[in-house]
Amino acid sequence: MSTSFAAGVLTSSILSGTSLLYATLGELVGERAGIVNLGLEGTMLIGASVGFAAASVTGDPYLGLLAAGLAGTAANLLFGFVVISRRANQLAAGLTLMFFGFGASALIGRPFVGAIVPGLPEFFGFDALVWLAAPTAVGLWCVIFRTRWGLGLRAVGEDPVAAFASGRRPESLRYQALSLGGFLGGIGGAHLSLALTLTWDEGMTAGRGFIAIALVIFARWNPLWAVPGALVFGGAEALQLQLQARGADVSPFLMNMTPYLLTMLILVFWGWNRRSTAPAALGRNFFGVE
Amino acid sequence: MPHDSALALRGPSLRGPNLRGPNLRGRYLRTMKFPVPRALIITLAALAIFAALLLAAGKDPLRAYADTLVYVFGNSYGFSELFVRMTPVLLTAVAVALPARLGLINVGGEGQLYMGAWLATAGALAFPNLPAWLLLPLMTIFGFAGGALWALLPGVLRAARLVNETISTLLLNYIAPLIVSFFIFGPWRSPESASYPQSPAFVDAARLPSIPGTRVHAGLLFGVVSLALYSFLMRRTRLGLKMRAIGGNPEASVRLGIPVPAFIVATMAVAGGIAGIAGMAEVSAIQGRLVSGLSPGYGFMGFLVAWLAGNSAGGIAVMAFLFAVISSIGDILQITQDVPYAVVNLLMAVILFIVLGQKRRTP
Repeated sequence: MSTSFAAGVLTSSILSGTSLLYATLGELVGERAGIVNLGLEGTMLIGASVGFAAASVTGDPYLGLLAAGLAGTAANLLFGFVVISRRANQLAAGLTLMFFGFGASALIGRPFVGAIVPGLPEFFGFDALVWLAAPTAVGLWCVIFRTRWGLGLRAVGEDPVAAFASGRRPESLRYQALSLGGFLGGIGGAHLSLALTLTWDEGMTAGRGFIAIALVIFARWNPLWAVPGALVFGGAEALQLQLQARGADVSPFLMNMTPYLLTMLILVFWGWNRRSTAPAALGRNFFGVE
Repeated sequence: MPHDSALALRGPSLRGPNLRGPNLRGRYLRTMKFPVPRALIITLAALAIFAALLLAAGKDPLRAYADTLVYVFGNSYGFSELFVRMTPVLLTAVAVALPARLGLINVGGEGQLYMGAWLATAGALAFPNLPAWLLLPLMTIFGFAGGALWALLPGVLRAARLVNETISTLLLNYIAPLIVSFFIFGPWRSPESASYPQSPAFVDAARLPSIPGTRVHAGLLFGVVSLALYSFLMRRTRLGLKMRAIGGNPEASVRLGIPVPAFIVATMAVAGGIAGIAGMAEVSAIQGRLVSGLSPGYGFMGFLVAWLAGNSAGGIAVMAFLFAVISSIGDILQITQDVPYAVVNLLMAVILFIVLGQKRRTP
């Protein structure tokens, strides 16, 4: 029993960690360029609903994933227009994107409540997104730390004015980072609706977007560290599901708090042990150099 | 040099003017002016965009708008419902505006409301034999304490410069409803309603009085009074001046000898307490018991209202009324056109995006 319990926890922590990992990577790209997107929750919800709707209409889960990624990109570009081109406050604009996602996903998903979708096909026990999750993190690490584009991205995140002076285009790079981040965030949301639950439910991300934002801090803005981070949080969720399935005598409501409490703990610890690895220009807008 | 980098995720900057780029955070949070005509134009534009989105989803927005107008302004009961909606939003908006004056972003009104409702319920269930004149003030204090405790943690973490209050208040919003659910599914579960989990009904002495024939209740007074107190505090008192000083320039305030961390903690607690009173009023006047779906996002609505009103007291009153109308549009859409209520968030987001998307001069 104990081995099957451990195996069950491990399997389901990988499953629920996957969507968190994609979302975390999506937020990480943007933050590396100096943009905090508090609206990740909204991006994920839009990805979850659009992916579910597209898979249900076309019958192809991969088309659903593509649609979810593109919808996430579109949502992030809307946010990007406001914070990059219009130079609005990033926190306020992020919260607006969150509300936008709540409303838009409820409208998009409504006709598909109770619909049947083809789930992502499994290979060797897991779907393709699970197998691709860790390689995506490694790939993103290579892109950020080993390519010219990544160098430019980090430069813009550290000091957009200096990056501009050395010939980079901060605004364009930030748009690119947000597009990529939106694609990943949308996919992360769609993994919930197309692989984990196979349903659409209003507000089904249940704060995972905010947990992912905390995970970026936990990962110290490094895609590789996001992998164990997502596994730990996936594990917290999985453990509680497994305990419930086995009829453990703990209120499900108390157990449902664990991911949020764990997130708070990590934030406190990070704030306490403050060796700054954050991009220096995080949260700050680029006002040109005129 | 330690960077003032993770603005969103870490403690406050107590450093001086930022030479690398302006800190925009306080810019809109401090303004006192509230241009009503401009707000109306923006709302109309947002209604037009929202109508286009609903059309694209195959709904009939014009009928929904017309239905809403008839429902809201067609008879006195519908009109009175606007004030029922406005009541919690007024309180949660003050809970946002007050800390905003210090440059703090409290997005936790929803969780604070739930915790206020929870502790007020504890009071109502523990002292069912008290007379109303004693029980209601007691429940109000309990409601205030519940919300205040819930906001105290983010306040302390922020004052200690450990965790940014935006993210901590957001996370606590997810925990508070779970605590409420734990109690109404467990210790407080009413024996007479086996199918629907809720607390036992309150005794009559624990119910806030309402205007007969309507659901407008004494909570509206709480809202108006706290709005007036907020305005008076900010405009006329030394305390308010100090708070505005902290919001304007935290470093200068420290040099002036203002105990900034104490102000941060106290302000967050008071703000949370005000949101908690909104929760107390909802359970005491509207529900009459503790239920799980207590608030259709009143805490978030309060955030948007305070933010759009630029934290001015008059602006909050106007915007709260406007948002009551908007949330009626959500009700009508849900009842007549099978659109989930959550879709009103889309309308609110469109309003905000229009405001944020205005061209601004380089400061």
